[in-house]
Amino acid sequence: MIPEIGQLSLCFAAALALGGTVMGFLGNALHNNKIQEAVHSQVLGQFVFVLVAFLALVWSFLADDFTVGYVAGHSNTILPWQYKVSAVWGGHEGSFLLWILIMTLWMLSVVLLRDRYPRYFISNVLSTLSLLNLGFICFSLFTSNPFDRLIPMTPVEGSDLNPQLQDFGLIVHPPLLYMGYVGLSVPFAFAIAGLLQNRIDSSWARLLKPWTAVSWSFLTLGILLGSWWAYYELGWGGWWFWDPVENASFMPWLAATALLHSTAVMEKRGAFKHWTVLLAVTCFSLSLLGAFIVRSGVLTSVHSFAVDPERGAYILFYLTLVVGSSLALFAFRASESPAAIRYSFLSREFFMQLNNVVLVSSMVIILWGTLAPIGYEVINGNLYSIGKPFFDFFFVPLMLFLAIAIGFVPVLRWKKTSFDHLRSVLKVLLPTTLVMAFLIAYLIDFRSSTVVLCCGLGCWIIVNHGSDALARFRDNGLFSRSYFGMSLAHIGFAISIIGVACTTVFSVEEDVRMEPGDTQIIGPLKVSFVGVSDVPGPNYIAKRGIFDVERDGEYLHRLMPEKRTYSGGKVMTEAGIEAGLWADTYISMGEPLTDDAWAVRLHYKPLVRWIWFGGILMALGGIFSALGLGSKNASRGKESSGLTGVAQEGTSN
Amino acid sequence: MNRKRKNRLAMACFLLIGVGASLVVLFGALDQNLNMFYPPKDVVSGVAPLETNIRAGGMVEEGSLARDEDSLELSFVLSDRAGSDFRVYFTGILPDLFREGQGILVEGELQQDGSFLAHEVLAKHDENYMPPELMSLAEEKQPKNTGG
Repeated sequence: MIPEIGQLSLCFAAALALGGTVMGFLGNALHNNKIQEAVHSQVLGQFVFVLVAFLALVWSFLADDFTVGYVAGHSNTILPWQYKVSAVWGGHEGSFLLWILIMTLWMLSVVLLRDRYPRYFISNVLSTLSLLNLGFICFSLFTSNPFDRLIPMTPVEGSDLNPQLQDFGLIVHPPLLYMGYVGLSVPFAFAIAGLLQNRIDSSWARLLKPWTAVSWSFLTLGILLGSWWAYYELGWGGWWFWDPVENASFMPWLAATALLHSTAVMEKRGAFKHWTVLLAVTCFSLSLLGAFIVRSGVLTSVHSFAVDPERGAYILFYLTLVVGSSLALFAFRASESPAAIRYSFLSREFFMQLNNVVLVSSMVIILWGTLAPIGYEVINGNLYSIGKPFFDFFFVPLMLFLAIAIGFVPVLRWKKTSFDHLRSVLKVLLPTTLVMAFLIAYLIDFRSSTVVLCCGLGCWIIVNHGSDALARFRDNGLFSRSYFGMSLAHIGFAISIIGVACTTVFSVEEDVRMEPGDTQIIGPLKVSFVGVSDVPGPNYIAKRGIFDVERDGEYLHRLMPEKRTYSGGKVMTEAGIEAGLWADTYISMGEPLTDDAWAVRLHYKPLVRWIWFGGILMALGGIFSALGLGSKNASRGKESSGLTGVAQEGTSN
Repeated sequence: MNRKRKNRLAMACFLLIGVGASLVVLFGALDQNLNMFYPPKDVVSGVAPLETNIRAGGMVEEGSLARDEDSLELSFVLSDRAGSDFRVYFTGILPDLFREGQGILVEGELQQDGSFLAHEVLAKHDENYMPPELMSLAEEKQPKNTGG
């Protein structure tokens, strides 16, 4: 009964999505206020019905209703309850329902904040979003219905949820990532609405920016959690693999980062108009492409869902429709060339342009590296894979170049920066940076030029942003939240760079055979293997290894990695990790070789936490810059005049 | 030619050279890092190049896993269950999903003597999941099984 309610709700939601699409555009065409407002309740309805459908699926999991095929495939009676809930998004069908729920959540937030936007504009935005949502719901209903029943062949017990998904990281990773992916549909809808009304200007950019910033922050957190999860759960201590599915989330992130910066320029200076619109379309298209890559199984990846050509074809068709129609609209509207806005090489605009070029090139290279194997297969039928070195070869220099440019941001002014100003500022900043980099390099290690270079660039960013923030604080007593957010995100980037460089260069990894009583030197540490004991878990039995870690003869801590055998017979490695600000000690168990001997993997990973810590700062920075725009700070007067400007234009439209 | 035109021409040349250079680098890097996949038949028959980084795959032959007594050296046989098989040597820790009788991928170099020196062994998250590279193998073997 409950699953049928879920399915029916999803059908209602589809009907309301269709209604919302038609009425939003119709209301604008007829200039009818009542119809425009009806769209708001239709969006609310979509949210409520999708929520009911989602809860129905959650209930089916909690009640172990194995007549539902999806539940039988991803859960069983002894699974702990929190994993039964997260199993809802542990497979393709359910995770797509979560995707739709999040889509309606974003639509709902647009409706709740509607007073900030012109009426016609918001109708167009909601229509566009409803149309996108309709496509998503149809995809779910026709190709991947989570409520399909297994009658009469109902299994008595469900199969196990993949043990690697039975983990806290996987409870929170997909929702956050989807918040980011789907959130990019809002800037996309803003771009479409702006094009429809022919209103792409700096006030439009001001409306767009907080939505971009918030979804970018979620995307950042989602990617971060994915990387952290891979680090501790996959048992081999890597934090990024250039796996097609990771790339699928990283490409929209790069494009969204570029969008965030180009909207900033557009907001302040009115430049980069067409470019910003194109980026908004690109961001959302890339998140759809990501969905295609993950859900069609065209690419070999560790986290692809099972292969299904029908689903792949549907998403590809949807993607083509979205990209094709928005580009057609763009071409139709953007024929007039915008007034040239002049700026010199030594200006923020030019550096933002550099930023965009670097980010978009990185994105294109990753796109190329991800899709080229498919291309080759189609052309000559051979199967290829592209290795990590390809990505590193391009990505590392591009990011280092970006780091240099980021450091210049606080030094430069809009429009034009005079040489004298530059000289007077750099006279202080450059030596400070060098001294700091020297100090850090001295403390950590001198031998690697990569590390010294990256630490230097990190310091360059931190010193420049820090000193500028201090100067502003001295002059004004406080600074706007969006400025604070920008500095925070850039400093976060610097911290991540330092972390990546040190981890990559200084990590020590040993795969060894150990028997109880054996010791092994790893970096500055001495690890001794005490023994293995059997530990029962709720739905698994673990072999728990006990390892004592010493440094210079002094006992530090005990690590207990596990090898778990789950009820379904799957085996999983649970690494033992001692996290530290300066280094992680990481031990994971391989396979038993004889009665007591084990294959053991030992890692010593300096500064690996900095990578994620920097990422968290970036995400926080994004949130702050989004808040800053809606806040009552010094820039309020300017902002509200811009908004009413749009509002008047909008109503006279 | 006036100045504006000259500028524009210079810009176009600059762009062309830039794009051309990046394409050359891009394809160069791509060529160096493309690892081609070979099924067991090609590995055995000599179609696969020697001492070049390639990927190969197949089913792990039951009972073929052999380990060294004191180190992490091991070897196993990969086959297509249609008569072609080869031995893979690897030093290190096998993934959790490595099981005899299951399809896996290895990345490494084919040696003169026909053995395969792997530096990476890949098995997938989902045990029902078949890497696309191995799909055709599975399909090829299907009719043989039903026929026999």
